[in-house]
Amino acid sequence: MQTQATTPPLHRVFRNPWFLSSAFIAFMVGLPIIAVFYLAFYPEENIWPHLLDTVLSGYVSSTLILMTGVGSLSLFMGVGSAWLVTMCKFPGRKMLEWALLLPFAVPAYVIAYVYTDLLEYAGIVQGTLRELFGWSSYKEYWFPEIRSMGGAITMMALVLYPYVYLMSRAAFLEQSMSLFSVSRNLGHTPLQSFFRVSLPVARPAIAVGLSLVLMETLNDFGTVDFFAVKTLTAGLYDTWLNMGNLGGAAQIASLMLIFVVTLIYMERFSRRKQKQFESKNQGQSLEQFQLSGVKAAAATFFCLLPVVTGFLIPISVLGYYAYHYFEVSWTSKFVSHAMNSFTLSIIAATTTIVIGVTLAYSKRLNSSGITSLLVRFSGLGYAMPGAVLAVGIIVPFAAFDNALDDFLRVNFGVSTGLLLSGTTFAIIFAYTVRFLAVSAGSVESSLAKVTPSMDMASRSLGRNNLSTLLRVHLPIIRGGILTAALVVFVDCMKELPATLILRPFNFETLATHVYQFASDELLEQSALAALIIVLVGILPVIFLSKSISSTRTKK
Amino acid sequence: MKRLIPTSLVIAATAATSVQANEEVNVYSYRQPFLMQPIFDAFTKDTGIDVNVVFAKKGLTERLKREGKNSPADLVFTVDIGRLSEVVEAGVVQGVTTPELENNIPAQYHGPDGQWYGLTTRARVIYASKERVAKDAIKTYEDLAKPEWKGKICTRSGKHPYNVALIASMIANNGEAETEKWLKAVKDNLAQKPQGNDRAQVKAIKEGVCDLAIGNNYYYGKMLMDEEQSAWARSVNIVFPNQGDRGTHVNISGVSLTKSAPNKDNAIKLMNFLSEATAQQIYAEQNFEYPVKPGVGPSALVASWGEFKADKLPLNEIAKYRNQAVKLVDRTGFDN
Repeated sequence: MQTQATTPPLHRVFRNPWFLSSAFIAFMVGLPIIAVFYLAFYPEENIWPHLLDTVLSGYVSSTLILMTGVGSLSLFMGVGSAWLVTMCKFPGRKMLEWALLLPFAVPAYVIAYVYTDLLEYAGIVQGTLRELFGWSSYKEYWFPEIRSMGGAITMMALVLYPYVYLMSRAAFLEQSMSLFSVSRNLGHTPLQSFFRVSLPVARPAIAVGLSLVLMETLNDFGTVDFFAVKTLTAGLYDTWLNMGNLGGAAQIASLMLIFVVTLIYMERFSRRKQKQFESKNQGQSLEQFQLSGVKAAAATFFCLLPVVTGFLIPISVLGYYAYHYFEVSWTSKFVSHAMNSFTLSIIAATTTIVIGVTLAYSKRLNSSGITSLLVRFSGLGYAMPGAVLAVGIIVPFAAFDNALDDFLRVNFGVSTGLLLSGTTFAIIFAYTVRFLAVSAGSVESSLAKVTPSMDMASRSLGRNNLSTLLRVHLPIIRGGILTAALVVFVDCMKELPATLILRPFNFETLATHVYQFASDELLEQSALAALIIVLVGILPVIFLSKSISSTRTKK
Repeated sequence: MKRLIPTSLVIAATAATSVQANEEVNVYSYRQPFLMQPIFDAFTKDTGIDVNVVFAKKGLTERLKREGKNSPADLVFTVDIGRLSEVVEAGVVQGVTTPELENNIPAQYHGPDGQWYGLTTRARVIYASKERVAKDAIKTYEDLAKPEWKGKICTRSGKHPYNVALIASMIANNGEAETEKWLKAVKDNLAQKPQGNDRAQVKAIKEGVCDLAIGNNYYYGKMLMDEEQSAWARSVNIVFPNQGDRGTHVNISGVSLTKSAPNKDNAIKLMNFLSEATAQQIYAEQNFEYPVKPGVGPSALVASWGEFKADKLPLNEIAKYRNQAVKLVDRTGFDN
């Protein structure tokens, strides 16, 4: 165990501007979460006896199976491909490096529709098989059922593994080459070095990626609903919408937080006893292994598979439908929908990064328990299912609006109406609360790698904390920040449930437009908009991916 | 296109609430905009009043509740009697009555105090394979429980509001214990775990996965209109259950006036408009639903499926048993 630097006395902590700002952030972000707890105290009826008697055990076990499956599959694809493209040379590596991020831009519910369309009985795959083998009914052969737990695991892993890929690649890129060289010089094979050196060093970042994957999985409603997999989230919506029991749903949401706190704890646990520092962002380029023959082909295949299945196939299907149904689906409003999506996502990404850096840095400055706690608490928004979070946002916003309106009416005779509710500000707020965990986690893991001697040097040269952050830390952790910004941006582009509930009149994003049709399983008519989401989403993906890899090679 | 800089947003929001530009009416809708747009367009053309919409499948009731007296929404559009009564129970709507609404909407299709008005009805029918199910082999919802249909029935989730309302109507008619037995037996007859939407069930019949499916009648029309899906529809006969006794279960889509309605006059104009022949016809022709206004016929296609007798049980009665129905679905493990 490392001994911590002695913590400053409490009264000094409370006066510290960094502490105050993180406390303020935690309060703001905490409002919706507190509101959900508040709702949980007023259930319409006590639903637990019924749930315990009937469906709850099923919800919990499906959730665990789904999370385990998606987690393992994402780790396998994400870490494996990240290491290959970072450490090895093989055909197509340069392109695959950014192409591996592409599935990230495809919303899970969209990929689920696409594969169902392809793989179900009436789909082209089984249809072709029947032609070939002369089968005439579904009883004559076995084919995996896409609408199943296995299908849900595969679909989600295909679009979520990029989290793991991104985080682990950033970590591998940031790793000091010397570590790896030492390991090689001591006679380890590349593979041994990977398992004994690279992987353990990258573990904190991989853990961040994995916890994001698991949170997303826990939160998903579109896919599990479509595949009739009864997870806790499905049960939560069922309790709310079909039993008309919002309080009961909020109680389930609170139960889900136990899952999340466990996840966070596991992530912390995996980082225990770990402190390695990079003294600087070394200018040396990575020495990569030149793979050849079968090995090279295998590496190419391994990295290509997720890109093809997670991106190329869905894109082709969407493209086909978009083309064939162009007449019915094109609307002149697409440009404004795309602008809405893009603008909201950019603002939200910027906001979450600024706040994420503030949180992570104030934690670095005073590692007192209370600051850590505040930072942890701020990340809980990610754990709430989107629609529930939206209701949690409506509660304090509307209360504030109405209180202000009443106050002004009584004292000044003017009415402000609803100032914040039902505005794009509410949506941006929702995105920020929801995805803060993504940026804070990512920034924190990058920051943790910067040695404290940098801080000391900078402070002894007379810089204050802020200028140290701006001049010293930020340039070093640029890669981590860009990664976080990218993830948040794409997440916001795809975000649906909260946007639907909070948006102003006549306000559409690409995702809400897709949903109109997708909610009725009209894949053909939603294909064009889905395609645009993906296309708008991949531009920054490619751009940022390039700048992340350039952090490595820049002198 | 709005500039989305938060500060200007707040200013813009203030401006928007304090300055009423041209005539408008604000709608929260649980129904997809593409189903409603043609009717709203006709209304705007007729009156010059703009219709602003927020569409979502959930959370609008909570939003109304929290926004309270300052809510900008004038009308809520819902599908299914369950959702309608939820909005009423949440206390966010007000009663309204006008001569038009009185004349156009029969008593069983609106709330006693005008807190909700049904605009269209739809029948929950049984789709039967043309190839594999003999005519008249199935006549009632109760028949679905017969052992001869083992492994031959498809349906969407028992938790879907359309099925919940159907199960609730069974409870209202046959009692809870009887309905539980029925639901168990239907579950035992399912060809696959409940999944997909109503259209997907008809598709499954076409594929030979099952012989019978439960679905809303208008999907039949919608499928026939779609190049790819018309083959699914053509593989089935449409059966209106229980013609020999109580009649087929029908559900409604409807509208309520919110308590806070800032544009109340315009909202009532829109309600009236929706109950009149023009709008009722659009509903009938484009969505293949049954208009509620007496004298407005269904589309030619829907009419070709024949007249049918609807269950006369007041919808409010059915709404009462919703919660029991949902719990029965859990108890029988219908969706597993």
